[in-house]
Amino acid sequence: MAEVAVHGHHHHAHHFESSEHEFVSCKQGMWLFLLQEVLFFSPLFVAYAIFRSLYPGAFMEGHQYLDWRMGGLNTLVLISSSLSMALAVSGAQRSQTKRTVIGLSLTLFFALCFLVVKYFEYSHKLHLGISTAGFFSLPGIHDPKTPLFFSLYFVMTGLHGIHVIGGMIAIIWVLRRARRNEFNAQYNTPVEMVGLYWHFVDLVWIYLFPMLYLVG
Amino acid sequence: MTQSGAAHGDNYLNHEKGIKSWLTTVDHKRIGVMYLFTVLAFFLVGGIFALLVRLELFSPGHTIVGPQTYNQFFSYHGTIMVFMVIIPLIPSTFGNFILPMHLGAKDVAFPRLNLLSYYLYIGGAFLAASTMAFKGIDSGWTFYAPLSLQSRASTTLVLTGAFIMGFSGIITALNFITTTHKLRAKGLTWDRLPLFIWAMYATNIIQILATPVLALTLLLLVAERVLGIGFFDPTLGGDPVLFQHFFWFYSHPAVYIMILPAMGIINEVIPVFSRKTIFSYKAMAAAIFGIAIVAFVVWGHHMFASGQSDTASFLFSLITKLVGVATGIKVFAWLATMYKGSIRFNAPMLWAMAFIFVFTVGGLTGIYLSTIATDIHLTDTYFVVAHFHYTMVGGAITGFMAGIHYWFPKIFGKMYKEGPAAVACALVFIGFNLTFFPQFIAGSRGMPRRYYDYAPEFTYLNQLSTIGSFMVAIGFVVTAIYLFQAMRNGAKAPANPWGSATLEWRTASPPPHDNFSTDPVVTAGPYDYSSIKV
Ligand SMILES: [Cu+2]
Repeated sequence: MAEVAVHGHHHHAHHFESSEHEFVSCKQGMWLFLLQEVLFFSPLFVAYAIFRSLYPGAFMEGHQYLDWRMGGLNTLVLISSSLSMALAVSGAQRSQTKRTVIGLSLTLFFALCFLVVKYFEYSHKLHLGISTAGFFSLPGIHDPKTPLFFSLYFVMTGLHGIHVIGGMIAIIWVLRRARRNEFNAQYNTPVEMVGLYWHFVDLVWIYLFPMLYLVG
Repeated sequence: MTQSGAAHGDNYLNHEKGIKSWLTTVDHKRIGVMYLFTVLAFFLVGGIFALLVRLELFSPGHTIVGPQTYNQFFSYHGTIMVFMVIIPLIPSTFGNFILPMHLGAKDVAFPRLNLLSYYLYIGGAFLAASTMAFKGIDSGWTFYAPLSLQSRASTTLVLTGAFIMGFSGIITALNFITTTHKLRAKGLTWDRLPLFIWAMYATNIIQILATPVLALTLLLLVAERVLGIGFFDPTLGGDPVLFQHFFWFYSHPAVYIMILPAMGIINEVIPVFSRKTIFSYKAMAAAIFGIAIVAFVVWGHHMFASGQSDTASFLFSLITKLVGVATGIKVFAWLATMYKGSIRFNAPMLWAMAFIFVFTVGGLTGIYLSTIATDIHLTDTYFVVAHFHYTMVGGAITGFMAGIHYWFPKIFGKMYKEGPAAVACALVFIGFNLTFFPQFIAGSRGMPRRYYDYAPEFTYLNQLSTIGSFMVAIGFVVTAIYLFQAMRNGAKAPANPWGSATLEWRTASPPPHDNFSTDPVVTAGPYDYSSIKV
């Protein structure tokens, strides 16, 4: 930490003893937040498990309408974004602002790519009449429960997509602060917290991809 | 012992002035006070709906309103009391005000997040309440599918409001857990934590693990109504019983979000007013956590009559009995604390004793409902209504009343009059039992809950119930009057009027802006009164 240039003068809040004390507290708060995120997604995974075991035919039929190449592409995009986020965090920890800015910008770019791919997938399906069960109009479906599979698909990927957008807003926020040179080896809590959140968002997709696209 | 932090008269109430300084405050004490007034305002609204329900049921058939309006009355009563009042009642008020002071901290870990949680609560609550200006709500507080899916009322709006309030509770919970871990005073080891902190900790864990499940479930209901996803809708291939599973996975633990903080308050009050250390501190803390853990695996006891498998019902029934064991430990430990103590019958102690009685009745009747054979007979009758009012009102509200009388001098720096306090406590206690005890009898004789009408032979019991409910209301009005009077011109409260040993009493009443003039150091347990004179 010798070569640290003292740019940002971050004073820890008055109820903490030191900025280290503040950092470990924020980290614990963030892990608790991620824990509640896991529980927030959990009913969907339960619903998936129940419907899958009750109606395996619907899942077999439904997944054929999902393009595994698109899903696979998005998986690669998100894995890359996790790497670029790790780059940003390590940059902040070493007071290398340029590295932080590049890492965050790349992450933002990958997130946008993800949403663009998702947009094409969604619009293609809606065009065919593949929608949630209540608005499903695709002809030639064999299993009466297949629309339920697509309800799951839209709710799970939609909720994940909302988390991606939330993550992008957070990334823009820390990116602006990073460009103002606010982070260094002494103070980089926001970058680390946004990084943790982003890895969580990626992780959810790592589960969703095989569960929805590769289920057959 | 007392470190007078406010010799110059500066305290958190007058540290900054003006309405703006309140609305933008990040001081946990001020946020606690804002929660207190907001939650109590909703308590008033929910209470009025309760009285309207009781008025309608004073006689069979039409009494004051039609059946559709009656549906709205009990739906509002339940929704307001559960989501806007009892769930935030203790965690958001005393949790905010007392928890950091119990720990000897200057504030919660994330003060700005704390203010955000207050605004989320307010926003969600007003959104839910705004349905009154639209088409109202008519599917109770449980929003069972498919009724809530077909409802033409403003169900989507109220669900969104409840979702937002849930998020408020979650971030309050993670704030408190982090505060408890990271901001304890020197010498305040885990085995010296006041039991209120242990109770709050368990509550917060439940909030973090269970509330997100409810949040998502409510979101799915909104998606059902708006996007037609069909998870819970049998006409679209879904399953309404799945909704019940999701709902009760949250809503059973939610009972402990309501009751554990109240138990925490009783844990503080009883030793102070018995001048004895708490009986078996470790068993008390373990019982709190036992209840919190078991809470997650008993939800099926709400579904004995919903077509759940017999094996599942048997297991849920069996595990539910464990809650009784843990609760029993607590009740006996409270009694053992009082045994041979020098008891002072101040208002907090009166309320604590009311709590023990009422909650024990609630707990014992829970055994009937967790036993499959008796539950099949009692499902959806007034017996259930009486049972959960004995636990939720008898538990959470009397616990809160003990707390407000205990901490009032600390929060507002004034003493209230003991005479009217005792009268109000007696009114509520007698009125409460008069309201709900007859409902056990009516329910066990088959009077169904939520019905607009009832058979004429239940008239007498219902009239007792309605009279009791108005006694309760009078009791609360009396309480409001003498507490407001005390706020305006009560005698000045000393730093430690009850002779308590926990940290918040070491500083001035009301506390200074930073809570303690010097960082407190803990050298003894929370219930060690050997060096404190009364
Ligand atoms: Cu229950």
